[in-house]
Amino acid sequence: MLELREITKRFGDVLANDRVSFAVAPGTIHALVGENGAGKSTAMRIAYGFYSADSGDVVVDGAVRRFASPQDAIALGIGMVHQHFMLVEPMTVAENIVLGIEPGNALQLDVAGAVSRIRALSAEFGLAIDPTARIEDLSVGQQQRVELLKALYRQARILILDEPTAVLSPQAVRDLFAILRRMREQGKTIVIVTHKLSEVLEISDEVTVMRDGKVVGNRRTAETSAAELARLMVGRDVLLRVVKPEGHPGKPVLAVRGLSSGALGTKDRERRLDGVSFEVRAGEIVGIAGIEGNGQTELIEALAGLAEPAAVTGTIELEGRDVEGLSARARRAGGIAHVPEDRHRRGLLLDFDLAENSILGADDRPPVAVGPWHLWLNREAIRRRTEKILKAFDVRPPDPDLPARSLSGGNQQKLILGRELEESPKLLLVAQPTRGVDIGGIEFIHRRLVEMRDAGCAVLLVSSELEEVTALSDRLLVMREGRIVGEVDPARATPEEIGLLMTGGNAAA
Amino acid sequence: MALEREKSLMKGLRQLIFPLAAVLAAFVAGSFLVLAVGDSPLATYQLLIGSAFTWPDGIGYTLFYATPLIFTGLAVAVAFRCGLLNIGAEGQLYIASFATAWVGITFAGLPAILLVPLCCLAAVLAGGVWGGIPGVLKARFGAHEVITTIMMNFIAIALASYFTQYHYKPPGDAILETVPIGEGGHIARLGRFVPGLPERIPLNLSFLLALATCVLVYLFLWRTRWGYEIRATGASPAAAQYGGIATGRQIVLAMALSGALAGMVGINEVLGYRYRYYDSFSSGYGFTGIAVALLGRNHPVGVILASLLFGALLRGGLFVDIFTEHVSKDLVMVLQGIIILFVAAEAMFRDRFRGPFGRRIKGV
Ligand SMILES: Nc1ncnc2c1ncn2[C@@H]1O[C@H](COP(=O)(O)OP(=O)(O)O)[C@@H](O)[C@H]1O
Ligand SMILES: [Mg+2]
Repeated sequence: MLELREITKRFGDVLANDRVSFAVAPGTIHALVGENGAGKSTAMRIAYGFYSADSGDVVVDGAVRRFASPQDAIALGIGMVHQHFMLVEPMTVAENIVLGIEPGNALQLDVAGAVSRIRALSAEFGLAIDPTARIEDLSVGQQQRVELLKALYRQARILILDEPTAVLSPQAVRDLFAILRRMREQGKTIVIVTHKLSEVLEISDEVTVMRDGKVVGNRRTAETSAAELARLMVGRDVLLRVVKPEGHPGKPVLAVRGLSSGALGTKDRERRLDGVSFEVRAGEIVGIAGIEGNGQTELIEALAGLAEPAAVTGTIELEGRDVEGLSARARRAGGIAHVPEDRHRRGLLLDFDLAENSILGADDRPPVAVGPWHLWLNREAIRRRTEKILKAFDVRPPDPDLPARSLSGGNQQKLILGRELEESPKLLLVAQPTRGVDIGGIEFIHRRLVEMRDAGCAVLLVSSELEEVTALSDRLLVMREGRIVGEVDPARATPEEIGLLMTGGNAAA
Repeated sequence: MALEREKSLMKGLRQLIFPLAAVLAAFVAGSFLVLAVGDSPLATYQLLIGSAFTWPDGIGYTLFYATPLIFTGLAVAVAFRCGLLNIGAEGQLYIASFATAWVGITFAGLPAILLVPLCCLAAVLAGGVWGGIPGVLKARFGAHEVITTIMMNFIAIALASYFTQYHYKPPGDAILETVPIGEGGHIARLGRFVPGLPERIPLNLSFLLALATCVLVYLFLWRTRWGYEIRATGASPAAAQYGGIATGRQIVLAMALSGALAGMVGINEVLGYRYRYYDSFSSGYGFTGIAVALLGRNHPVGVILASLLFGALLRGGLFVDIFTEHVSKDLVMVLQGIIILFVAAEAMFRDRFRGPFGRRIKGV
């Protein structure tokens, strides 16, 4: 049905696809998995006519095709849902769908006709989308379904979804999978790109694994396992489960009471944190689950001292001492370390070298700063510190003179974690620690977090990856709309239970 | 260690390629212009460059013109390292020059050992305050420094003119300038120390001061915590805040420092050259400083090289004006403009090229 033959694609020095070949059987769901940068998106964009291959063929229905643009692919019945949606927010669903292929003549849009067709399609595949709704009023999951409708409206037989689950809540993922199965029943062929193994095993019929631009394996899903797929992806054995000995929580390190705040950085009155109270004890990992945008970012930033002080009310105590009025620097000095969720914007100075990045947050005191007023940077000490971090956290390549920008996501994150742990914090704030990090890196980071806990550090972990928070946390809090809506035992609670708390029972969110 | 030095040398040389290409391209484009108005490009450039490097006059004046540009170039570069565009170097150097002259006039009786440092201090402080105000306005109220520094330029120039006109002008003098400063405020011209360099050429000790300032600025930016925090603020305010850096304070510090550097032009102008405040003396040094910083990539070494180039163009331009039939010294302005255009285009090109992926190095 759809087949890639010996596809090779180069971007400058990067060999993004190296003789990639695989075939997708009609009427199946085919998963394409691989680490970040393995070349999955590139391969799919070539199949969709978005890029042209340097060499190799795209074969559809047994014939070699040349695509000058996605239009040619669409004409053959190929549709693609990108990771970032391409929708016009103030317009309606129907308007978005007909955009570019307006029915009727150019002056008179036949939107009414489109609305009824969309309604029929939506019913046929169980999408539950109202064609007259405005995009900006839809949830992320619904917007994704509009993208699906867009492809279906253009009579796609082969649907390519690039990391469709990255932005969804567990419920929405379940709904999406139900829709995909229904499409398969109706005879559609689906290619789903992902790097989450549990999803591969759940939804796909066949799976192709890519690593470093090459296809390293094809399996029938029924005949493989998560461990085998992980090994193919990473190229070595990977410990998928977090190994976590029994914790021994000690005295409370962080006590938060009645914490409320306005939206970060703005003066509007909307409360983004609404009376949040909890404790984190020494030697325990407290996880916060929740769909992104429900106050997790605001919570972490308020704790790290990055929120506008006037916007925050309530008390924050570190080992019984009120730190609410303290600056970010003073809180760091008090023993709070922070691995931020946005490592490009907050966590790193991308154009600075690794050495200069390794002193961010520690540049104001010995051994980094020496002499009168701690004015001089001690280059010898900085170099030693950097080399120590790069070695201990296996940052590759371990060259202190490289700009941080040149590291892969996983290595950037290891650098940040190493830098923050270098200060032997009492409290570690960690947000989305493994976003955009490859499987090998994830394993490493998880292990370090557990080690920190066992060394007596209090860890507050925010993650939108449900598997991650449940595996790592000793206690799990769920956040929704700026409030803590529940605490569950991560060892016992099912994803459904947690998901229900996350969405407030509203499965469509 | 040797390898490391070689690596950083290579890095430095690579940095030179694009600015050099921009300069070369500007000269090529300029030659078409010269052709178009009916002169010979070769002869014109020979005149332009040749006259800037004769000994002693050419070199002496080239270095003299380069001196204020080094100060303003450094000023713009320091602000830029903090993510700020200081358009106000012009106003800062005017207010500082006037303050220098004021101290030199008011304390005219003091001996050199006191008066020179006092005058220098006045230059640095006045410039620093004048630059610091927009810094405070930005840090406190978010007022954009481009707007406020432009406004402050008008105020500075008007204030200096006003005080000169109504309070410090020698009575009956037709020229808008102050009375001279005390003899103790004069600093030596380099002609006194360099054999073959006549003392009539105004190149003075402030040139050496400018070079020393470059070294200090380099050490400050890359070897001190304050410099690191200024650069971190400029590179990413969000990351700087995350690291506990008070970004508002860095903005004020950087602007004050920038103003102080621009203010040092007053030392060259008042103490080394005219020995008084002379109204509208600056032929846009503050603005040319932006070009210098841009071409010099906001690095002290680059600033020196760019200042020498622009200093030479200023010197050579005079000769082109006089000795060619059709070309005026505006050619220099055109060349400057084209150089800036190419340098700016290169910056855009560089960012475009890197794209959202960066130069990824694979690992793990
Ligand atoms: N447009 C592009 N320009 C330059 N490099 C690219 C481009 N698209 C992808 N790459 C590079 O190609 C490699 C594969 O990328 P991609 O196909 O996006 O991987 P995946 O989707 O598996 O994460 C990466 O190293 C990436 O940096
Ligand atoms: Mg991708």
